[in-house]
Amino acid sequence: MKSPTNKTTIIAAIIAVAIGVGTFVALIVLGLGGERGMGQPVDGGYFLQDAATPVMEDLTTVHNMVFYWISGITAFVMALMVYIMIRFREKANPVPSKTSHNTAIEVVWTIAPVLILLFIAVPSMQLLYFQDKLPETDMTIKAVGNTWNWSYTYPDLENIEEIISNPLDEVQAKAQGKPYLLGTDAQLVVPVDTNVKVLVTSINNMHSWTVPSFGIKMDAVPGIINETWFRATREGVFYGQCSEICGIKHYYMPIEVNVVSKAEYARWVANDGAFTSSVAQNNTLMGSGQTAAQK
Amino acid sequence: MVALPGENISAEPAGYHDDGKPKFFARWFYSTNHKDIGTLYLIFGIISGLIGGFLSFMMRMELADPGIQFFTNEHQYLVYVSMHGLIMIFFMVMPALIGGFGNWFVPIMVGAPDMAFPRMNNLSFWLLPTALICLLISFVVPGNANGNGFGGSWVMYPPLSTTGHPGPAFDFIIIGLLAAGFSSIFGAINFITTILNMRAPGMTMHKMPLFAWAVLVTAFLLLLALPVLAAALFMLFTDRIAGGTGFFDPARGGDPQMFQHLFWFFGHPEVYIMILPAFGIVSHIISTFSKKPIFGYLGMAYAMVAIGVVGFVVWAHHMYTVGMDVNLKAYFLAATLVIAVPTGVKIFSWLATMWGGSIRFTIPMQWALAFIFLFVVGGVTGVMLANAGVDAYLHDTYYVVAHFHYVLSMGAVFGIFAGFYYWFGKMFGVMYNKFLAAAHFWLFFIGVNVIFFPQHFLGLNGMPRRYVDYPEEFAIWNQVSSFGAYITLAGVVFFFLMLIEAFIVRRRVGDNYWGEGATTLEWTLSSPPPYHQFNVLPRIEDNAEH
Ligand code: HEM
Ligand SMILES: [Cu+2]
Ligand SMILES: [Cu+2]
Repeated sequence: MKSPTNKTTIIAAIIAVAIGVGTFVALIVLGLGGERGMGQPVDGGYFLQDAATPVMEDLTTVHNMVFYWISGITAFVMALMVYIMIRFREKANPVPSKTSHNTAIEVVWTIAPVLILLFIAVPSMQLLYFQDKLPETDMTIKAVGNTWNWSYTYPDLENIEEIISNPLDEVQAKAQGKPYLLGTDAQLVVPVDTNVKVLVTSINNMHSWTVPSFGIKMDAVPGIINETWFRATREGVFYGQCSEICGIKHYYMPIEVNVVSKAEYARWVANDGAFTSSVAQNNTLMGSGQTAAQK
Repeated sequence: MVALPGENISAEPAGYHDDGKPKFFARWFYSTNHKDIGTLYLIFGIISGLIGGFLSFMMRMELADPGIQFFTNEHQYLVYVSMHGLIMIFFMVMPALIGGFGNWFVPIMVGAPDMAFPRMNNLSFWLLPTALICLLISFVVPGNANGNGFGGSWVMYPPLSTTGHPGPAFDFIIIGLLAAGFSSIFGAINFITTILNMRAPGMTMHKMPLFAWAVLVTAFLLLLALPVLAAALFMLFTDRIAGGTGFFDPARGGDPQMFQHLFWFFGHPEVYIMILPAFGIVSHIISTFSKKPIFGYLGMAYAMVAIGVVGFVVWAHHMYTVGMDVNLKAYFLAATLVIAVPTGVKIFSWLATMWGGSIRFTIPMQWALAFIFLFVVGGVTGVMLANAGVDAYLHDTYYVVAHFHYVLSMGAVFGIFAGFYYWFGKMFGVMYNKFLAAAHFWLFFIGVNVIFFPQHFLGLNGMPRRYVDYPEEFAIWNQVSSFGAYITLAGVVFFFLMLIEAFIVRRRVGDNYWGEGATTLEWTLSSPPPYHQFNVLPRIEDNAEH
């Protein structure tokens, strides 16, 4: 080989490796290092919302694992393209080769993706079954999608009446210090560290009951009762938004879940669905005021 | 009219088959010539692209800031979303790739004088403007109590598309899509017959150019998938009639999820229908401008067949959140990951084709290289979405919007432009201005990345799709995304400048203006090819390149 070709090869390789590694590092640092919302989106965020349930923790792990792979693959293909574009441009390589077969390499690029996909599939399946198989649950709530609000009932509790959860308009939301298009006038209240079974259905159009921090998205389909579960491991308010197109106010039927301590929850139940503690009251000022139970 | 090898076709009795072109009206309205019909399809695709693009531009303007700017009737936003999706898919990408380039180049590449059923070809085309008119009428007739038009998304799930839109707007969409569906089915029959029966002597299946392979696989997908869509639409139609059926109405023993299965049984093959022809085009361009035969030709052809076959058994990955049995989800997860393997074969074979080549960065090559890059980005996020567990978070968020625009709005569309710039001289006999074309490319490439890359962030941060307004935390990336739409729009302006300039200046090109590397049959003909080519069928030598 003549030296100019060698020089091109080296330069091409250096640039390609630099671009490949740079892309990979940038993707990983930016992709996994971002600020994360807790229970709601964060301003300008570019990563998953923080986990508040074991399912979401696993989901985050699987997402990150897949993210490593796909960032690596993207960076690898980019680097290869850059190398090829420099090394084999017309000027650097005026006489094209005539190779059009190479069984060994073809086998490699068929088997390698299969192996990567197996690496991905195993944890992914574990997550899927963990998410889907209901464990022993301690309580049940029923979420019903309607055009355009959510209603919640506690089938095991006779004294809690149906909670109709409507979105707050911009003025009300500001007044109550809740995020507009996420805050509602009546929250769903659940205890922390408790396995909660969620039944989801709809009485007219389809909707989807979604709480990103819980790793839950379950369609509300008329005539069908879907089942899912969560176990919130942190107290606080968690928001979500309807995620199946349901008509004109699709963007305007948020979901708000208040996770409280077990003691707090017991008191809430004893009070027929009203908070007594001032802390929680602060949280849910309007919320408890508007539950059907209080009217 | 199947020609025997070597038979002289101009011996046909009908005077229509002489080389004289019919007069304007007869030529363009009664057209049975595959090249004229191809041109009509391309013009139609450009017009639909403008309509669909206008709708998307309005949406991006709306989403540029939180709050509701233009769509004070939010129903109208959903109408725009739905019509944008339907028009881009059925009236822009499919007509351009299959109707346009398929008609123009499949007969030539396989060495046939025309399509097998020229009159049916005419019918296929003219059903499409009819269908588009139905869709446009739907804009201005009542959809539901909230206003005109259909706002139930391109997926048309009941009950939103039945009781949710009692007005005639959706009936017009059903009729329009049925017409478009029949157009595609006729087209598919035509392509299959042409490719299987009308190849020139010596053109065996394993010597057939990859674009013809791509269109053959696509035609089979169309033939098998579209009747299912037609059935589903028809069931919606009868469900909508007062006192009609209740296929999807739970109150009458029906099942709304059943519609989703039917829709996606069509819908997933549909995404391959949009991308396979682009695969074919890109293969030719990569090979031409690397001055090398395509690497692993058979692997490339059978990877497309594999993608087509597996593409039929992965549909419910669009339905992970509807409440399916977990074992079913596990199956669809696994099957979907499998598709990544033949897709990887395609990507690596393109790279291997370039390896050792002598690469010229012409305009079509730039589009083709961009295609590979963008398709990889869109493809890997597809691997993410295949994971049913993770999809519980990402489903129906902007992550999905980013994913499918990377493969469609960028993959398929870049394939279209790559083909357009590759064959422009061949089709119209003139060459475009390189500067205008390059400006179009770079503005488009930068623009679409700026639009769609930030949408991954929006999805990860939790923003659902089909939302006219959003919490202000999503504002920054939406603003960036909308800014990208302005860049893309500037690119579109250069596209039209390029067209106008090329047809005014009329730089004539020769038969094979790309030179060494362009080896398929269209390069043996004049530019533009004669009104009827191959009066004497070409013979493909045993050692000819693919
Ligand atoms: C570069 C120009 C484009 C822009 C700026 C654009 C923008 C958009 C926007 C803003 C939405 C609505 C997202 C939402 O609210 O959920 C959307 C949806 C969609 N777009 Fe595009 N788009 C472009 C090109 C394309 C192309 C070329 C295709 C097709 C092949 C396409 C197919 C779709 C589909 C299928 C939907 C979903 C519609 C639905 O949810 O029913 N888009 N696009
Ligand atoms: Cu909704
Ligand atoms: Cu699919």
